[in-house]
Amino acid sequence: MRHVLPPNLEAAHSDIKELAKRYGLDTFEVVFELVDYDEINEIASLGGFPTRYPHWRFGMEYDYLQKSYTYGLQKIYELVINTDPCYAYLQMGNEIVDQKLVMAHVYGHCDFFKNNMYFGKTNRKMLDQMANHATRIREYQDRFGVEVVEDFIDVCHSLDNLIDSYSRFIAPKDTRQETGLENEIEWSDDGPRKLLSGPAYMDRYINPQGYMDDQKRKSDESAEKAKKFPINAERDVLKFLIDFAPLERWQREVVSMVREEAYYFAPQGQTKIMNEGWASYWHSFLMTQHVLNDSEIIDFADHHAGTMGSRPGQINPYKLGIELYRDIEDRWNKGKFGPEYDNCDDIVAKKNWDKKLGLGRQKIFEVRKLHNDVTFIDSFMNEEFCEAQKLFTYGFNRRTGQYEIVDRDWRKVKKQLLFGLTNHGQPVIKVENGNFENRGELLLQHQHEGMDLEYEKAVETLKNIQIMWKRPVHILTKYNSQNKLLSFDGKEFHEKDA
Amino acid sequence: MISGIKRDHLRFKQIVKGKIKQNLKKYITQGELIGRQGKDYVSIPVPQIDLPRFRFGSKQQGGVGQGEGAPGTPLGQGEQEGQQPQAGNSEGQHAMEVEVTLQELAAMLGEELALPNIQPRGSGMVQAQKNKYSGINNVGPNSLRHVKRTYKQALRRQMLTGTYNPDDPVIVPIKHDFRYRTSKSVVKPENNAVIVYMMDVSGSMGDEQKEIVRTESFWIDTWLRSQYNEIAIRYIIHDASAREVDQATFYHTRESGGTLISSAYKLCNDILDREYPASDWNIYAWHFSDGDNWSGEDTKLCVDLLKQQLLPKCNQFSYGQVESRYGSGQFIKDLTENFKDEERLVTSKIESKEAIHRSLKDFLGKGR
Repeated sequence: MRHVLPPNLEAAHSDIKELAKRYGLDTFEVVFELVDYDEINEIASLGGFPTRYPHWRFGMEYDYLQKSYTYGLQKIYELVINTDPCYAYLQMGNEIVDQKLVMAHVYGHCDFFKNNMYFGKTNRKMLDQMANHATRIREYQDRFGVEVVEDFIDVCHSLDNLIDSYSRFIAPKDTRQETGLENEIEWSDDGPRKLLSGPAYMDRYINPQGYMDDQKRKSDESAEKAKKFPINAERDVLKFLIDFAPLERWQREVVSMVREEAYYFAPQGQTKIMNEGWASYWHSFLMTQHVLNDSEIIDFADHHAGTMGSRPGQINPYKLGIELYRDIEDRWNKGKFGPEYDNCDDIVAKKNWDKKLGLGRQKIFEVRKLHNDVTFIDSFMNEEFCEAQKLFTYGFNRRTGQYEIVDRDWRKVKKQLLFGLTNHGQPVIKVENGNFENRGELLLQHQHEGMDLEYEKAVETLKNIQIMWKRPVHILTKYNSQNKLLSFDGKEFHEKDA
Repeated sequence: MISGIKRDHLRFKQIVKGKIKQNLKKYITQGELIGRQGKDYVSIPVPQIDLPRFRFGSKQQGGVGQGEGAPGTPLGQGEQEGQQPQAGNSEGQHAMEVEVTLQELAAMLGEELALPNIQPRGSGMVQAQKNKYSGINNVGPNSLRHVKRTYKQALRRQMLTGTYNPDDPVIVPIKHDFRYRTSKSVVKPENNAVIVYMMDVSGSMGDEQKEIVRTESFWIDTWLRSQYNEIAIRYIIHDASAREVDQATFYHTRESGGTLISSAYKLCNDILDREYPASDWNIYAWHFSDGDNWSGEDTKLCVDLLKQQLLPKCNQFSYGQVESRYGSGQFIKDLTENFKDEERLVTSKIESKEAIHRSLKDFLGKGR
């Protein structure tokens, strides 16, 4: 199925590899494979991996890609996965200039995978791990039945965004310890704790009423807290379910596998703009400075423009990323940063500011190492950039039933953009209480930040959580600024104001 | 055993078909599939089958865009289109449209309504000839030249005559070597059917009634097509007089005036006599009306026509009475009374779209 690169592509590869190294890109070994459109669609629908566990959703994705390709709506140029060595796929039959572009682009990605700190904890042997998962799930299907296992995977997929993407950077914690169930909580029945006093008549001076009230309140609170578990709300809902839901052993394994894969893909969602921007920056640089020959320049320009193009109402991560890197490079080359620049009131002076520092390249390498999309935008997007890029915010106008441009104020643009990127555009949902109402029911809380959950989906998802938890489940959220408690007890769905 | 994506794809298709089956009743009554029909395929919009997740309602979700325009500039209607899928984390929120072959659709319909297969009348009586290019000849037109055989022949000749040199394998066919494909006639038994649709287009038949007729005929076509090799379809409209029309006219004409049903039956009979001899064809006639015939006399004429002419020729004569806003006439009663024991005449009352499902079963449930 896989094909070795023909000599001309092999030559192009070694050129680009050499160039990438010369400019400081630090990658794992990159392995290119030449595949035809059907194979690339297959691999793409499996999330870039040649072997995944059997599930119809991959088939659905494949159906979509296959049709889009057949009707000429889109085709995949580039596919690269974060592993060591780094596998990337080239599509057979693409023009040689496209193949070179993809190779240069892939070197950008690969450098990013290896060096960006958010990928630091990802499993670089994921190819094997995915194959292991596939084997185990097939075994379960043999033992428990295809549909039983498939239905359960459906449930898991429906919850696979309920993870804590940042938790990988905190020392792994054992939730069981934190529940406080095993650890006896210090708590006595003798009432509020008193300070030691000498003679009885001194007691009301040493332990005055106000102090005693305080103590009583504290001990009541901690008693209340002790009933609740987890003590602190848990972002990693899947982990909580693995630890505490009454699942069978194979089910627990399946949830773990889905969770592991979700964590593997999470950094890619967190660094979309940076990753694509970085790869685009490098393909653009390498191609125009070195690789292209005269006959290829028009095709390159055409395809590069195609990648960078954006429709109104959409942010193209490739475009935003590459422009922001270039802006940073320019600013650090000219020294347009720091208090001296920031406090300068002279527009002309600011515009012509050039201290000839030449720190640009160094700076963007540092940026690609330390940031994710949120911090990238937060730290580097400024007024000049928003204006130059003609960014705006848009919103839905109920009156006209259309999306409209709302504002061009750069602070609002930035705020909106950051809002959309936080938790990669997913609602933040936590396990608030695993013993809600002291009846072993599960209470989730949606941390509402101005946007409501989609109602029908929320109801359906809640039902899936109930399948795992078995006891009634609840989610606390808001609709139209009213607190709502949605509940599902396995048979009926309830909704009430809270 | 198939593995990998092909199996997932197959599984996905199974699930989709399951969905279609589940919702078949809805598809039947709503007539959603009409106009989505290709030559062999129907494309069916399938309700979103992706898994639910906690996510934000899309209407409130503003965003950031790039480009020209002052505040207030509209960006286009409703939902945004999906971006290019990106490796790994694309969500796959596309409206599904699934292509199903007419055969499969008919099979689902058959299963849903528990329809018996039709035993064709005079099965295999009609013989059709087909040309199959299975022979080889040494004369023929150049367009049918068989290159491989020609060169084989040339090679054989050169080897025999000793002019073939393995180190310089040049083969030059001469006229004698040329070979051509030839056709042979193959006789195949065929079951052909003709459907004659008749519809009352008098003033009382409104758009809703036509919609019902249209939906019914779509499913009838689908079913009969799955049962016969070839299907011919003819359309007749009538008010006080009848005429033959094409499909588009059939569904869109609206006339006023009275109703003489016999006119249509006469025309139908003429067409059948002229073009579709009952010995060679399986004949189906469908008549839709609101049942308000002009006079009792005309109804009597219809009954006679049916008895003497149409019923003996047809596999089945079906009458569907559609309820209009003027209520429903009594033609259906007249027919049932006159043909109590006649199996070839099927009547069904279609009060509303919801009744289409049942009436299809009435019509097609006999297996004739």
